[in-house]
Amino acid sequence: MALKYELSKVEVWDGNMAASHALRQAQVDVVAAYPITPSTPIVQNYGKFLSDGYIDGEFVMVESEHAAMSACVGAGAAGGRVATATSSQGFALMVEVLYQASGMRIPLVLNLVNRALAAPLNVNGDHSDMYLSRDTGWISLCAYNPQEAYDFNLMAFKIAEDLRVRIPVIVNQDGFICSHTAQNVAPLSDEEAYEFIGEYKQKNAMLDFSKPITYGAQAEEDWHFEHKAQLHHDLMNSHVVIEEVFDLFAKKTGRKYNIVEKYDMDDAEVVIVALGTTVETARVAAKKIREEGIKAGVVSLRTLRPFPYKLVAEALKDVKAIAMLDRSSPAGAMGMLFNEVGVAVLQNSTKKPILSNYIYGLGGRDMTQENLLQIYRDLDANAKANKLTHPTQQFIGLRGKKMAFN
Amino acid sequence: MTKEIKNLKQFSRAAEKFEGANLLCPGCAHGMIIREILNAVDGHIVIGNSTGCIEVSTAVYPYTSWDVPWIHIGFENGSTAVAGVEAMYKALSRKQKYTGDKPKFVAFGGDGSTYDIGFQWISGCFERGHDLTYVCFDNEVYANTGGQRSGSTPIGSSTSTTPAGRVSYGKKDKKKDMLAIMAAHGSPYVAQVAPNKWKDMNKKIKQALDTEGPTFINALSACTTEWRFDCNNTVDIMDLAVDSLVFPLYEIIDGHELNITYRPKNIIPVRDYLGAQGRFKHLFKPENEHIIEQFQKDVDKKWEMLQRREEARV
Ligand SMILES: Cc1ncc(C[n+]2csc(CCOP(=O)(O)OP(=O)(O)O)c2C)c(N)n1
Ligand code: SF4
Repeated sequence: MALKYELSKVEVWDGNMAASHALRQAQVDVVAAYPITPSTPIVQNYGKFLSDGYIDGEFVMVESEHAAMSACVGAGAAGGRVATATSSQGFALMVEVLYQASGMRIPLVLNLVNRALAAPLNVNGDHSDMYLSRDTGWISLCAYNPQEAYDFNLMAFKIAEDLRVRIPVIVNQDGFICSHTAQNVAPLSDEEAYEFIGEYKQKNAMLDFSKPITYGAQAEEDWHFEHKAQLHHDLMNSHVVIEEVFDLFAKKTGRKYNIVEKYDMDDAEVVIVALGTTVETARVAAKKIREEGIKAGVVSLRTLRPFPYKLVAEALKDVKAIAMLDRSSPAGAMGMLFNEVGVAVLQNSTKKPILSNYIYGLGGRDMTQENLLQIYRDLDANAKANKLTHPTQQFIGLRGKKMAFN
Repeated sequence: MTKEIKNLKQFSRAAEKFEGANLLCPGCAHGMIIREILNAVDGHIVIGNSTGCIEVSTAVYPYTSWDVPWIHIGFENGSTAVAGVEAMYKALSRKQKYTGDKPKFVAFGGDGSTYDIGFQWISGCFERGHDLTYVCFDNEVYANTGGQRSGSTPIGSSTSTTPAGRVSYGKKDKKKDMLAIMAAHGSPYVAQVAPNKWKDMNKKIKQALDTEGPTFINALSACTTEWRFDCNNTVDIMDLAVDSLVFPLYEIIDGHELNITYRPKNIIPVRDYLGAQGRFKHLFKPENEHIIEQFQKDVDKKWEMLQRREEARV
């Protein structure tokens, strides 16, 4: 039996510590992990909890991230609760096995502390790894601050393990800005947290010898399509469970999350759409620019996957100009949010808002209030002219010559 | 729990955990090895399998040939998949959420997934001391993808990526000594087995499974398709392999105690073994004869070394 960990009503935790405590409280049976900046402290904190007797589970310190996810899949198939953490190159090395995990419908929880991908090698935060996850068949949740990193981890288990879902879940948080910034976090007690998440029993566990099970069979064209279609179907429908869990969590804590979060959207005409810590910075900018008479708002997502097309369209249906902010190299295209939010808006809106795309913050470059105010001013000009007054895609905060594309 | 197989009648009867219905080529030794391993286990067994001939031939949805819990993830990580299961078994046992008997944890991989791509994962599992047995089905080639060379392919073998041709005698490099490498990991038990010598194999499998910690078995597995011989000659070919000492049968306990477990009454020349297979046919051309000589020299040297080590207990 694990020792009880006494927590205060408010703890000063960074995002990594918040995630570690959530994993501890979920009484995860197996954590298999490999360290990489900026997610390393999640693994280290977990090791310390284990050494001090606060965890009763197996902690497998493997030789690589690929092995970490391999062990997680094996352990999950065996029948129990499983979690891990990684970032960047580590995530890239894991990607092969991410497809296996979702294909086998094993409800793992992965903390992805977002960081740039080399080259050039860079340990700081951007969303390259988050974007790399998008077709892996995992649910992908976004936390913006340490409190949310904690809350989303607790909810992740409940979502993943729901029998209507049974899909692994990634909890994203911004490298360093969230993972290493200490803030006040209000945790649940260990009992409350565990009661919220609930017991877990894997369906078709390998350790159930009364019913031998084959995991990871081959399925060619006669069945592969059906498997992938089923996964997609259940992923697309998982928003029902995600919303239920958000509601349950709100009842328990008073903290209400929405799949699409709206800030000052009642009368907004110009809107920034973003993910991660930038959402909070953009809210400050929106408030400030409203003093100039510009009706600014912010729309942000909690689920990158499943992508909430309808809710996004609904949130943006009455606005005049929208900027989608992408924190990952677009690498030969418009940014992902631009493409996905743009399509959602165009499909479902009678008005035709002016759409633009800003690439920012690669490799940990700061996104400043100045940048955000500039974006709102651009949007205002677009709204007034009822057309784009600048190239569709701009790099903002980049040194040297301006970069823009149409 | 493991069991000793005393006679062939007993062996032939006890195979219901692996169905005869599978897609392995006729005469494939992989199937023999699987049966010999499953037959050696009386209690629960969990199998992790890497990608390769076994996996694509025995688990094609919606069918399965396995009547034991079985998982395949990828080409490289069969070892770590089983290590994950073993970790979960430990956690759940401690929490008394699993109360049954302790299963045997076994990972299967071809020589490609063992000697090459999966090597890092195996090494990690052995270093961490998971209680599992890793079994390599050593057919000395990537069979499933059409016969490319692997780190286990012997010198002179014509493979689809090292084909013998006007200016090439086939593969230039020698076979990796996987057993020595695994013994050097500090494994408490490693052994080389051949399914045609089934009594010897049964004893070693039992010992590997009953030894706590990570143990390693390298099993000779003749491949009719890539070695190019008639499918009714599988056992004969493997007899030639062990009697020519190309594939010597021995074990290493605790990294140092080496025992040779089979000494052929009549050691036959390596060329008799090579001559029986299409993959070495080109070596019998005059310009390639030196490779046969080199092969024989290597085999003699290895046999000499094994005997010395056995004697010296190092
Ligand atoms: C990462 C990765 N690389 C390559 C492959 C393609 N592949 C599948 S099986 C195989 C060869 C298997 O050879 P081996 O392990 O010797 O087993 P055998 O088929 O001979 O039994 C290869 C190259 C793969 N599945 N995954
Ligand atoms: S190709 Fe070789 S190893 Fe593969 S099933 Fe056929 S005989 Fe067996």
